[in-house]
Amino acid sequence: MADETALFRMEGISKRYGGVHALEKAELNVHAGRVHAILGENGAGKSTLIKVMSGVVAPDEGRMFLDGQPISFADPASANRAGIVCIFQELSLIPDLSVADNIIASNPPTRFGLIDRKEQRRLAEEALAKAGGEDIHPRARVGDLPLSRQQIVEIAKALARKPRVLILDEATSALTASDVTKVMAVLKRLRSEGMALLYISHRMHEIAELADECTVFRNGRNVESYEQGTKTDNEVVEMMIGREYRHVFPEKTPLPPSDKPPALEVRNLSWFNKLNNVSLDVRAGEVVGLGGLDGQGQRDLLLALFGVLRGVTGEILIDGRPVTVKNPRHARSGEVGMALIPEDRKTEGLMLPMSVMQNLSFAALGQLSTFGVIDRAAEKKRIDEMIRLLAVRTASTDIPVSALSGGNQQKVVIAKWLMISPKIILLNDPTRGIDVGTKQEIYQLLRKLSDEGAAIILYSTDYDELIGCCDRVMVMYDGEIKTTLAGNEITEHALVGSALNIGTEEREAGAKPGVGA
Amino acid sequence: MKEWRFIMAEHRGTLLAFTLFIAMFVIYVSNHPAGFTPNVVQTAANKGVILALVAMAQAFVVLTAGIDLSVGMIFVLCNCVGSYVLGGAPGQVGLGVCAVLATGLACGALNGLIVIYGRLQPIVTTIATGAIFFGIALWLRPYPGTIPDFAADLADTFTGKVFGVVPASLVFLAAVVLLIWVPVRRSVIGRTIYAVGSSEMAAYMSGMPVRRARFTAFVLGGLMAAFGGLFLTFFTYSGEASLANGDNYTLFSIASVVLGGVSLYGGRGSAIGAIFGALAFRAIGDLLFVFDLDPLWQPLFQGLVLGLAVTFGAARLFQIRNRLEMFT
Repeated sequence: MADETALFRMEGISKRYGGVHALEKAELNVHAGRVHAILGENGAGKSTLIKVMSGVVAPDEGRMFLDGQPISFADPASANRAGIVCIFQELSLIPDLSVADNIIASNPPTRFGLIDRKEQRRLAEEALAKAGGEDIHPRARVGDLPLSRQQIVEIAKALARKPRVLILDEATSALTASDVTKVMAVLKRLRSEGMALLYISHRMHEIAELADECTVFRNGRNVESYEQGTKTDNEVVEMMIGREYRHVFPEKTPLPPSDKPPALEVRNLSWFNKLNNVSLDVRAGEVVGLGGLDGQGQRDLLLALFGVLRGVTGEILIDGRPVTVKNPRHARSGEVGMALIPEDRKTEGLMLPMSVMQNLSFAALGQLSTFGVIDRAAEKKRIDEMIRLLAVRTASTDIPVSALSGGNQQKVVIAKWLMISPKIILLNDPTRGIDVGTKQEIYQLLRKLSDEGAAIILYSTDYDELIGCCDRVMVMYDGEIKTTLAGNEITEHALVGSALNIGTEEREAGAKPGVGA
Repeated sequence: MKEWRFIMAEHRGTLLAFTLFIAMFVIYVSNHPAGFTPNVVQTAANKGVILALVAMAQAFVVLTAGIDLSVGMIFVLCNCVGSYVLGGAPGQVGLGVCAVLATGLACGALNGLIVIYGRLQPIVTTIATGAIFFGIALWLRPYPGTIPDFAADLADTFTGKVFGVVPASLVFLAAVVLLIWVPVRRSVIGRTIYAVGSSEMAAYMSGMPVRRARFTAFVLGGLMAAFGGLFLTFFTYSGEASLANGDNYTLFSIASVVLGGVSLYGGRGSAIGAIFGALAFRAIGDLLFVFDLDPLWQPLFQGLVLGLAVTFGAARLFQIRNRLEMFT
């Protein structure tokens, strides 16, 4: 179904990473003078789609057309030359260069072969004005600007390239409300000037305000395209969730009521503007989930609990005793008994070139040594136990961790922390990029640990996981816990709805009835 | 904020290095028995300029967040080559100068190619190539020596004074800055050198010529080291494959770059800062001389000054709120 009027068209685009289909036969039509919104859950393929469009990754198969002519991009620069410019979620700004240098980064105006700074300054100021950033000084170092200003510079940078298709990937996520209003006005003007805009956002009310057409993605495929306004938010959420394969989760065991204080209690935890008055409690034997969109403060919360952040205010109580967690070393000590399974196992969790055995012992060396000398026999015994408990598939404990599969590496990270028998276990998206089989083993392990009396906080971007594993789920938005769901309330519908924060925003805006749960 | 404050902030490291150097130099000449005379300045300049050139070489690579441990060896190799080719008729001497510079360019290009296409870390690559360069130097000049018809007149011109006042070596250094550093700094490649050091991924995403910039940094590093080698030949009239010289200049160039406010993480600072860093580093030895201290104290004082400068640069760690950022 080729749409001949489309300015930019994608046909049958597929992209695989390892065995995972990030995109499968995706189609997209983008028209000049219209705003096209892309919707989908975390991991639905949106990011890969725009990476293909903007030349960052090459598709495995499929074709792209610009003005009806087939086109392909070797790198981001060639996509830019063709008039496709993307504003990425992770900033593409160079922190040590000035604002003007960044805006006119790749092809500045030149005189006698040298950069014409006056002309560049003029162009930069023009682009800044267009993007609504007249107050930003072109000489300022980008790294010194606050994030929301950086985002405006990023938009100015894209506009300076005079794009025909402008892609905005969560471009408003770091902006304050007044900046968003400005950016919206800018985008509407660009649309009226005939630019094609592709808008990716989790903020439903922005899409309602801006988009002309929407496409929903799920599991790497475009599920449906529709004119904005023809579907209710309810229907959209349904499309985003779809009918999916469900993982097998272990039975949840209901907690008997007890009057013991919770294993971990947090009162009014704040950290600059990233965490706002977070209060929660986790009882021994309970699995509490953290939900919400990526980057709403979940990771910061875990790091704050683990003593990594400086300047955290609020109270932390362990078994009812107030404790100040000074640093990760203190967090894992007997007094606190906490373990954090980090998100990025390659940098924060493992020393890749070192052996499985060495990696496993790091956290527990204190318990395995007397007067600083490691008791080799005790170490070996404990490690064998762990490897059996987690069913780590490794040829030997002496091979480097880097030789294991992703799933088994993650098991080593978990096992490493179980070596110290923690009372409180924090997990930061532990199953990302792991095969289904290993996922199930990890779910079973979590339940087993909680049955044995551990208090677990699980942050996950996978809604199925929160539903299947958690006794309660706290949904975070903008550094705050907005909703707490317990027992049967934990449904995909409720999770997606509260993650998008539709309820509250609708009430604030006073618009559109009948949304959310 | 006012325009000038942004300019100040941008050149903060360079200005600090400049201030440090001026302070040390003022102490030096005001305590020198002969005072502020052209001869005192000329001696000081000649000693400083060689290190300044090698420090510029290091600065190019460090700006890309790399490090070149072979600069000292390129410098020594060029000195040895120079001791063979800088002689004879004026035309021959001219060709000789070109040969010395070509040697440096070739060494830099080799480093760049290995780092970019071999995808090896600069530190390992340049340890290896540095050893090779030194090996060649040793093969050329197993014993210190020179050619009979060495162009001593030309050498004296470069190490003498212009109009009897200004040291020629400083004029030469200024010319190098104006003809090489300034144009590079103001070109797309130069901007990319900074961008690569600051955030290679963002530079790539912005469509900047990342590979060409890395390559250029190494090649210009080679050229600067060759200028240094040329000057050493002019001073000594001879070539010597000195391991101590090569190692010292490599390490001193890194020290100078740090003193000059160039960030070892890349992306910040300038080669001009590195020049003042080098001059300040050299001034430490001179200060010991005018205060009649045993020259054996020199390494200790150089270490102290460097340690203080680095401590100053690490002050940012006190502002960090997420401890994980300390490791990046």
